[in-house]
Amino acid sequence: MRRVLSVLVNDQPGVLARVAGLFSRRGFNIESITVGNAEEAGLSRMTIVTSGDERTLEQVMKQLHKLVDVIKVNDLTEEPMVARELVLIKVTATATTRPEITHLIEPFRAAIVDVGRNSLVVQATGDMDKIDALIELLRPYGIKEIARTGVTALMRGSLAKVRV
Amino acid sequence: METQKLDVMPAPEVSAPAAGPGVMTGAAMLVESLKREGVDLMFGYPGGAVLPIYDALYESGIRHVLTRHEQGAVHAAEGYARVTGRPGVVLATSGPGATNLVTGIADAYMDSTPLVLFTGQVSTDLIGSDSFQEADIIGITMPITKHSYQVRDARDIPRVVREAFHIASTGRPGPVLIDIPKNVANQTAEFEWPERVFIRGYNPTYEPNPAQVARVVEAIREARRPLLYVGGGVVHSGAAEELREFAHKTGIPVVSTLMGLGAFPSADPLFVGMLGMHGTFAANRAVMECDLLIAVGARFDDRVTGKLERFSPRSKKVHIDIDPAEIGKNVPVELPLVGDVKRALAAMLPEVGPVGTKAWLDQIRAWDDQWPLRYKTEPGTLKPQQVVEMLWEATGGDAILTTEVGQHQMWAALFYKFKRPRQWVTSGGLGTMGYGFPAAMGAQLAKPGEKVICVAGDASFQMNMQELQTVAENGLPIKVAIINNGYLGMVRQWQQLFYDRRYAESRIGAPDFVRVAEAFGIRGMRAQTPEEAREAIREMLEHPGPVVVDFVVPEEENVFPMVPPGAGTDEMIGRWDD
Repeated sequence: MRRVLSVLVNDQPGVLARVAGLFSRRGFNIESITVGNAEEAGLSRMTIVTSGDERTLEQVMKQLHKLVDVIKVNDLTEEPMVARELVLIKVTATATTRPEITHLIEPFRAAIVDVGRNSLVVQATGDMDKIDALIELLRPYGIKEIARTGVTALMRGSLAKVRV
Repeated sequence: METQKLDVMPAPEVSAPAAGPGVMTGAAMLVESLKREGVDLMFGYPGGAVLPIYDALYESGIRHVLTRHEQGAVHAAEGYARVTGRPGVVLATSGPGATNLVTGIADAYMDSTPLVLFTGQVSTDLIGSDSFQEADIIGITMPITKHSYQVRDARDIPRVVREAFHIASTGRPGPVLIDIPKNVANQTAEFEWPERVFIRGYNPTYEPNPAQVARVVEAIREARRPLLYVGGGVVHSGAAEELREFAHKTGIPVVSTLMGLGAFPSADPLFVGMLGMHGTFAANRAVMECDLLIAVGARFDDRVTGKLERFSPRSKKVHIDIDPAEIGKNVPVELPLVGDVKRALAAMLPEVGPVGTKAWLDQIRAWDDQWPLRYKTEPGTLKPQQVVEMLWEATGGDAILTTEVGQHQMWAALFYKFKRPRQWVTSGGLGTMGYGFPAAMGAQLAKPGEKVICVAGDASFQMNMQELQTVAENGLPIKVAIINNGYLGMVRQWQQLFYDRRYAESRIGAPDFVRVAEAFGIRGMRAQTPEEAREAIREMLEHPGPVVVDFVVPEEENVFPMVPPGAGTDEMIGRWDD
């Protein structure tokens, strides 16, 4: 099962290696990992997408907690969350297909951010399913390159569960 | 007259106030910080990158024991930590000095031994350039340290040292490494000792949850065949007295892991024995049949559980541990209790009463009578188990025992009857051959007045016997009892039992240990019969200095009983029922 973890860490050299190392040691594949500054100076938030059985994941989360540079670990999978990723897709585009592609990506609220002689770069944000769907839609035109940021996520404010 | 500077290092850079009362070099700050942490003894080996630190240590008043290999230093520090409960301190240079520490760090991590290790590093401007004696020791040791630091500014040294000692010795203890680049050791700055330690991401849970305590107490009240399964956590937590009271108040029998030996007196009528692969029959049977298994500072290691599906199938399980990551890691647990073992036991003590275990104790005693721990003796032949029993008798069970790893380790665990915690120093989790002899140095330095005996194997002893020089130089009156069977005994035993007696590379030669000892100026003796052994042990204990005794024992003696690898703990072999 796919899991989304949110990990608040000290912005220290080596912290990414410590976190990533824990996953690889337990045989866990990291599908994506995003890191950036968090709301507080000196802290970073990592969003990690991974998959694996529940017991091993629980062990990984507990081991993450034990890292001195880890402040907080949340499993967002079952929580109401906002999860978004950004993708850049360089797709083959000729004079004839260009208007077609432009039209096609509209419902995705995607944007064309670069126009070349034989290609377009499409930029889109959304959850993973939406990005996957967009890629599949563009595939017949000939995709030259894809760069995905990986999911970054936060728990929703309004629907956050109240702990009893 | 000006003398030419031969040092290729640039002159120490001055990045802080040039003068002032508290201005000093990073190296001096390190020494000052060690003093403030109460360190009076450390182990190490100098080299290029730690020259500034050694210079600051020179005439500092802190005793530094120079070992003959960095591995000797780290195991010695482990031995010190295990008998005192305080962090052992190690200093090594960059590159090979640092990498030589790796086995000892992994060992300490597995057995939750508090260590603070300092490694030199090349100067910050050279890091990452494959410069001379450079190794990424932080990266190398990441999976085997509780935490690590690379200091990039001398101003951080006091805080980092303080944090390191705090992290190493609190919660579940473990090794913490501090890597200090040479230019940082030379950098001068104002020394500022932090008033208190605050580490946001580090708050071990000491106080057990009262509601959970109540649930455990209830489970104990309802149990008919309860069993305490105690481990090294009882020793680390200093909870031996609470454990003894708890067992006696409730009448619950006790089995111990290898690491827990000494936490509960072996002579106590409630002590059943060691459990696991080489545990006693009664101990493993009790685990099998109990209806409540109370794990106290133990971690359900595979050498304890055997085949997981067959482990203690009839019991509800309680797990008391300070490390939440241990709960449910190997075995599902109905009643977890996260917290300090000492406080957890103390919290339960007033709430518990006698459980009514008489029938259960009688049953366990009957198992033990039926399949006791024993071995066959033959006139004129010296048996390894006999050597351990003789050592036990001759020392009144009061010696500090360290061991190497293998058959002799198991015999020592089974046949020496321990009285108190911190009397037993062995490599449990990692199973490090070469551990016991240097660990004995650390133990002896920490406890100069006590008898320290290293029970060794002929193969293990050869892994760190260069430390004979350290022992001789420091006049450490350690007694080394080599159980010499001419084999890597445990490897040979497995080959005999599971590889059709194909003794691939387990036959191992050894030098004449008596003459080896003498070459270092140490008393050497040999014993080949029970009579000679008794005499040698008497002489060895009377001799005021270090002694190495070569006890020559039969080649094909096995450690029994045994749970074969992959089997359940109810499938023990070698119970002498043939």
